[in-house]
Amino acid sequence: MNIHEYQAKEILRALGVPIPPGEVTGTDAEAQAIASRIGKTVVVKAQVHAGGRGKAGGVKLAKDAAEARDKARAILGMQIKGLTVEKVLVTEAADIASEAYVGIIMDRASRKPVFMVSPAGGIDIEEVAAKTPEKILKVPVDTRYGLQPYQAMRLGFFLYDDLAKARAASKIMQQLYTAFIQSGCSLAEINPLVVTPKGEVIAVDAKMVIDDNELDRRPAVAALRDVSAEAPSEVEARNASLTFIKLDGNVGCCVNGAGLAMATMDLVKYYGGEPANFLDIGGSSSPEKVIAALRIITADPSVKAILFNIFGGITRTDDVANGIVAATKQNPLKVPIVIRLTGTNEEIAMKILTENGFSASSDMDEAVRRAVELATGGKAA
Amino acid sequence: MSIFIDRDTKLVVQGITGRDGSFHTKQMMEYGTQVVAGVTPGKGGQTFEGTVPVFNTVADAVNATGANTSVIYVPPMFAADAIMEAADAGVSLIVAITEGVPVLDMTRAWPFVKEKGARLIGPNCPGLISPGQSKVGIIPGRICTPGPVGVVSRSGTLTYEIVYQLTRAGLGQTTCVGIGGDPINGTSFIDCLVAFEADPDTKVVCMMGEIGGTDEQDAARFVKERMKKPVVGFIAGQTAPPGRRMGHAGAIISGSSGTAAEKIAAFEAAGIAVAKRPVEFVDLVKERM
Repeated sequence: MNIHEYQAKEILRALGVPIPPGEVTGTDAEAQAIASRIGKTVVVKAQVHAGGRGKAGGVKLAKDAAEARDKARAILGMQIKGLTVEKVLVTEAADIASEAYVGIIMDRASRKPVFMVSPAGGIDIEEVAAKTPEKILKVPVDTRYGLQPYQAMRLGFFLYDDLAKARAASKIMQQLYTAFIQSGCSLAEINPLVVTPKGEVIAVDAKMVIDDNELDRRPAVAALRDVSAEAPSEVEARNASLTFIKLDGNVGCCVNGAGLAMATMDLVKYYGGEPANFLDIGGSSSPEKVIAALRIITADPSVKAILFNIFGGITRTDDVANGIVAATKQNPLKVPIVIRLTGTNEEIAMKILTENGFSASSDMDEAVRRAVELATGGKAA
Repeated sequence: MSIFIDRDTKLVVQGITGRDGSFHTKQMMEYGTQVVAGVTPGKGGQTFEGTVPVFNTVADAVNATGANTSVIYVPPMFAADAIMEAADAGVSLIVAITEGVPVLDMTRAWPFVKEKGARLIGPNCPGLISPGQSKVGIIPGRICTPGPVGVVSRSGTLTYEIVYQLTRAGLGQTTCVGIGGDPINGTSFIDCLVAFEADPDTKVVCMMGEIGGTDEQDAARFVKERMKKPVVGFIAGQTAPPGRRMGHAGAIISGSSGTAAEKIAAFEAAGIAVAKRPVEFVDLVKERM
């Protein structure tokens, strides 16, 4: 789960990280009021779950409160990578002497959270890693012991030669690590970490991504979810315990299991179609889940054909068949459907479908090709 | 022969009285797995299905029955603890089926398991099966048959799909291992390749990977440098958008790394035959027998 910059900053500020004052709002009038309370040059920043906000015009300087209102008006409602900006953060503009990058990512190879810091901050860290890897220091942390003071100091000294600044930075490393653990993050970033002309070390932007598996035991973190920042279909899917990702294609896919779902999408593409979505109905799929899945898929007007691909292991294919029959009785389909079922209770499922006027195949390759033909109105590639 | 489990595997089921645990324990027993014990705290002294003794702790179960392998069906928030309990009790193979285990928990459980000298498979995996000998986990037994193909995969149902095609084509399996779809898992592709390379009965290996991480690229390097047996590969997720978690917690393209294209290229560079569609596996395996 992504959280917004202003939410990440609130978490870090509560742990003592120096961050310029700022407030979030959804209106230009309030943006003006916040800017006038700050009383200095401010930055108005779009709060959306997308990188490259600055390049998209979602981050603007404003010299006074009136200008902050104008900038907020321009940014609110703007589309950035398909997401509508609903909120802006109005924050004091920092004076910048130098910028650094500080991040913690969950590293799969070392099976540990790894600190990554670089004095080349404010830019894309992936680019730094690819072009000038010597400018990055990586320090893996054993979570059983936590970030040790010597590790934090080593990270601080990699950024700054000056002891006072290195100490200030190492304190921020500890605070960022605490936030990472307390919020159950898979990524926590301060980019840039800024040194001001007065020599203070402050965090000017922050990003945190939460491990979805942590949300059940961290209700306060789960409450940070901003459903207005997500596609409505994805919110509905989550409420129905389905994993759904909206894409731009014409074949609506409903599959059990993530790997098989991806392989099905790939096969749609192989035959010249485009998958309209990723949808995993999971292992123990009840008819209710299938009904919800069909409702979500059919709500997408670009879907020209629906493809079910079910390999019944734990999933009972008769449950899926019953779900398809019930869902289409409630809402008759306007587009063709291709059903592929095999595995647990396959004979019962086939009987249910046939009795209700559906045909089904047990061959994945054939079913996908047929769905693509129906969606594109021609021969599959 | 087989890898990791065989006829002598003596299994303890953690979470045996739960909904998933009891269902799959019955399936494993029907398949012929030696289920020697179950564990559910507070239910020690009971028996499962009238034959399997239930204990309060894994240590009690191991002491009383000599179980050498554990399978875990406990809820996600308790799974890491269950993994460490099994390792501490001296079990040498731990198979964690549970999906949704917080990754931070795994950063503590994984080094603990290593230090105890045990092997962990999973979490978030379907487990493994050595057809005709033993099954630990949830892979449907009827889609498998004994034979010379080793199978390793990050997926569940995609593995079933391909194993089923192999079986129908008369290509049986030594062992099918699902290593799981999480970012941190106990057993990597390489661990399985090492075991298959050493197993005299395995003639060809099928490896199904997906987007996210670099485990497949590492495996490709291993195949090129160390393996004599032929490998047939597949990568799922060519149409996955970057930055989105595709169901499996570990199936995510971060920035520009972990893409299907990069993994397929690594496979091809290592001489691994890449199936473009799942249906191509059968022919590619037959050609290499």
